[in-house]
Amino acid sequence: MADFRIQYNPLEICRTVVTERLNALGISFSLNAPGELSVHGHLTDETRLQIDKALKPYDISLIEKGSENIVDGIKYAIEELLDSPTVRTEKTSAYLSEKLGYSYSSLAKRFSEETYTSIENFIILRRIEHVKSLLLLGGISLTEIAHKLDYSSVAHLSRQFKKTTGLTPTTFLRIIEKRKTT
Amino acid sequence: MKIVLVDDDEDDRMFFADALQEIEISTELVEFHNGQELLDYLSDPNTEHPQLIFLDLNMPVMDGFQCLREIRKNPELKDLVVAIYSTSSSERDIEETFVNGANIYINKPNRFEELKKTIGQVVKRNWQYREITMDKANFLFRI
Repeated sequence: MADFRIQYNPLEICRTVVTERLNALGISFSLNAPGELSVHGHLTDETRLQIDKALKPYDISLIEKGSENIVDGIKYAIEELLDSPTVRTEKTSAYLSEKLGYSYSSLAKRFSEETYTSIENFIILRRIEHVKSLLLLGGISLTEIAHKLDYSSVAHLSRQFKKTTGLTPTTFLRIIEKRKTT
Repeated sequence: MKIVLVDDDEDDRMFFADALQEIEISTELVEFHNGQELLDYLSDPNTEHPQLIFLDLNMPVMDGFQCLREIRKNPELKDLVVAIYSTSSSERDIEETFVNGANIYINKPNRFEELKKTIGQVVKRNWQYREITMDKANFLFRI
């Protein structure tokens, strides 16, 4: 028996699945920025239904641009922020405000009303999830993870991990490792 | 949001239900006295699965440890979010429940205000976690 960990890129998987499925339906389209799709020509209700049905097994759904919820827009922008080293250094509030076209205070209000958490806390939770997935991939030290995800120090990362999950990174890894053997 | 509480202590169940009513998210609570009652409920095809299960450890008939193992063994139930809700603060118990598949570990608070705060935190975090992680098994959280 050979055991592996799977390393994957969700955006690439999404692009591949959408491309394959839409090609199979004979639809003319283009994939623009990550997470954005343009269907060429007139899109009938019937074709829209076919697309929805083809993508549903992969848990992929399409949302008409302009109708998307502002909170989803904030979450998406946060993902971009965490994934892209070039924008990460910018001030988050200015970045979100410019990206979504609303003042930061109104974005923050809408966000906490719907998600019961602040934008700042949501970013922390997402970053800790990044830390977890890197820890689980293995072959990378906590110091390297701290550097990669822009933490000021490994101590800062460890403190935030403990504060967010109630566990230290070492305990978290030990639990996951033990789960595999039980 | 549908929530299940499994606890043999009637006072603890009442205390929990009162605290849950005071948090800002609207919830529906279903209560059981032991692990076996929970498994019977979950295996009924007419049952709509809860978003969150609070599970005591020391109970008659079937305790929380055994119940948790049964849930994780069952392909239909293995993705349910389980919060252990116990008076035990033994590090061994805590780690053992995580290893057996618990997502959240909560030490039962004694004061009502503290309980309200804790339940609120767990319910909200469970709500948020759907958005923040693709891998449910890595959702671990201790209060």
